Amino acid sequence: MAFKIIVCAKQVPDTNVIKINPKTGTLIRDGVPSILNHDDANALEEALKIKDKHPDTTITVISMGPPQASDLLFECIAKGADEGILVSDRAVGGSDTWATSNTLEAAIKKWEKENGPADLIFAGRQAIDGDTAQVGPQIAEKLDLPQVTYVEEFEIADNMKDITVKRQMEDGYELIAIQTPCMLTAIKELNEPRYMNMAGIFGAKDIKVWNAKDIEVDLTKVGLEASPTNVFRSFTPAPKAPGQVVAGDSENEQAKNLLIQLKGKHII
Amino acid sequence: MAVEILKDKCIGCGQCFKSCPYDAFEFEAYDGNKLGKVAKINAKCSSCNQCLTACKFGAIQEVKQEAKVDLSAYKHIWVFAEQRQGKIQNVALELLGEGKKLAKDISEDTQICAVLIGNNIDHLAQECFEYGAEKVYLVQDPLLENFTTDGYTKVMKQLIDEYKPEIVLYGATHIGRDFAPRIAARCNTGLTADCTHLDVKVSKYIEFAKANTTLDTSTLDPNDTDTGIKQTRPAFGGNLMATIICPKTRPQMSTVRPGVMQKQEREVGAKGEIVNVKPEISKEDIRIEIKDIVKSMKEMVSLTDAKIICSGGRGLGDASGFELIKQFADKVGGVVGSSRAAVDAGWIDHSHQVGQTGTTVKPEIYFACGISGAIQHLAGMQTSNCIVAINKDPDAPIMEVADYAIVGDLYKVIPEIIAEWDNAEALYDATTK
Repeated sequence: MAFKIIVCAKQVPDTNVIKINPKTGTLIRDGVPSILNHDDANALEEALKIKDKHPDTTITVISMGPPQASDLLFECIAKGADEGILVSDRAVGGSDTWATSNTLEAAIKKWEKENGPADLIFAGRQAIDGDTAQVGPQIAEKLDLPQVTYVEEFEIADNMKDITVKRQMEDGYELIAIQTPCMLTAIKELNEPRYMNMAGIFGAKDIKVWNAKDIEVDLTKVGLEASPTNVFRSFTPAPKAPGQVVAGDSENEQAKNLLIQLKGKHII
Repeated sequence: MAVEILKDKCIGCGQCFKSCPYDAFEFEAYDGNKLGKVAKINAKCSSCNQCLTACKFGAIQEVKQEAKVDLSAYKHIWVFAEQRQGKIQNVALELLGEGKKLAKDISEDTQICAVLIGNNIDHLAQECFEYGAEKVYLVQDPLLENFTTDGYTKVMKQLIDEYKPEIVLYGATHIGRDFAPRIAARCNTGLTADCTHLDVKVSKYIEFAKANTTLDTSTLDPNDTDTGIKQTRPAFGGNLMATIICPKTRPQMSTVRPGVMQKQEREVGAKGEIVNVKPEISKEDIRIEIKDIVKSMKEMVSLTDAKIICSGGRGLGDASGFELIKQFADKVGGVVGSSRAAVDAGWIDHSHQVGQTGTTVKPEIYFACGISGAIQHLAGMQTSNCIVAINKDPDAPIMEVADYAIVGDLYKVIPEIIAEWDNAEALYDATTK
């Protein structure tokens, strides 16, 4: 029996290259590439490592997003995933994390109806565009699975049942034993994601696109209207009043002038 | 769509297109105006409401959401008083301070309550009272000794169902961010992650927006009596700020970044009411086993409590640069911080990282040494009281947020600051004579 892994992934704008137009205060989107979210790449990599060791493992990547998000599934398959599923529908647009997890829950249930229960669900801890870290745990809740978030080390026993993980904490880690089926969320410390390989890039791509009807999701639980949270207002952060360059002909003078300023303003 | 276009007011000028960060405007044919077209909102709209003030003709209107449940049954503000090994986390005390202010903004009789979950932690209730709590819900059981997602989620759901809070605040820690989403899913309510500012009164939100943001507040009414929570948080890596509301469901829940809210002055001997709650929990509920809790040997960094932070970045050139930063921090009584670049280069441990994916800090003085100032880094430190940037590059983004910028070689400048630090008073006195 094959070991079945589902990886939840998201296509995100590369927030590192987004800049603000100082005149209009809006985001400059031109030339901003869409990428596979960082933590999700770590989630996929850990699944691929299991498949390296146990070749009868299957990896299904599930994503929700606009039609062009299928690029991400191409990338995941080129790295070694078996299939990709994109849930794309106007009806799920504008979803907050609660509504997004309802959509992904429905998609996973639909997949499980056809393929049998998944043994392991991996997700990234959070996406770099929203940084919420909420969708992973919310999917786990809806599927009634135990979860471990912030996974920085992962090991599965040969019985393919007993898992030991290190969960990162602010001041150390917890060593946790958990059994399949479960949801784990990955952080960058977990591994180093691999590149796409030639065979993967040129090989066949099993990419499916499902709409809301395909996944039989309750339409009263998805999309903007159903989302418990809404955006009230959004804005760009105010630019700070300009500071001053500390003058001085030598480093010593600069240091002295700085300290005089700090002292004068009662900062030190 | 959180906004709609009023076709009879739209003149088809397309001025609103520029306001949209998502390219969600397009034209559709319309024969009711001169240009024969009106703006239309397409599927790319993420409901960010940035366009609300973009139309001079009043053709863009907010679509208000109606409540679906009886919201009035929910009352009081709760703070999850996160404790680890019998010690309350700082962020919980910060939230009690903030929560108390919000409670009084809602109404005189809105209480601020702490939720304490653990085992043998009776003594912590007093600490909660002294930092502002009026009531403490105390839930104790050997099964709750350490945090587990399953155990703590079950208990919190039980409490929420029984006592119906209006607002629940959690620290955005590795624990709060783990189980708050599960509670939100189980209660079918909203949760907003990593908030950096909270308001309940519209008038206070307007004040905040005017003082700190570029937001045009003309569409907001200061006399609006709405007291739903307005949760402001960074998005898009700090490039955009969003204020999130939860108008239809209760409780309204937020995780809040450690270090951004103010603790109240400790009131020694303060009293309050303790409500002991028996948890409905059994061993079978907890599906994981904690084998070990390891405090890392690495030196404890308390960036959030630091009055002074000396941070190093890529400009240090190599790992040994942190020796100078350490000397600097020791001299000024500060803590060592770093940029993500220095952590990724392997020069220093992640626990020192300041920024969007590290720690948010608000010290009295932040020394940024050889840090260029990527937006993610700025998101984590730009509310520092005073920022001093030391950098070779006068055009580095960090220089724009700095109160004091020193253009120069940090390896030459920092030793001089260290050497002159103790003379600051004398130097200043000399200038005033």
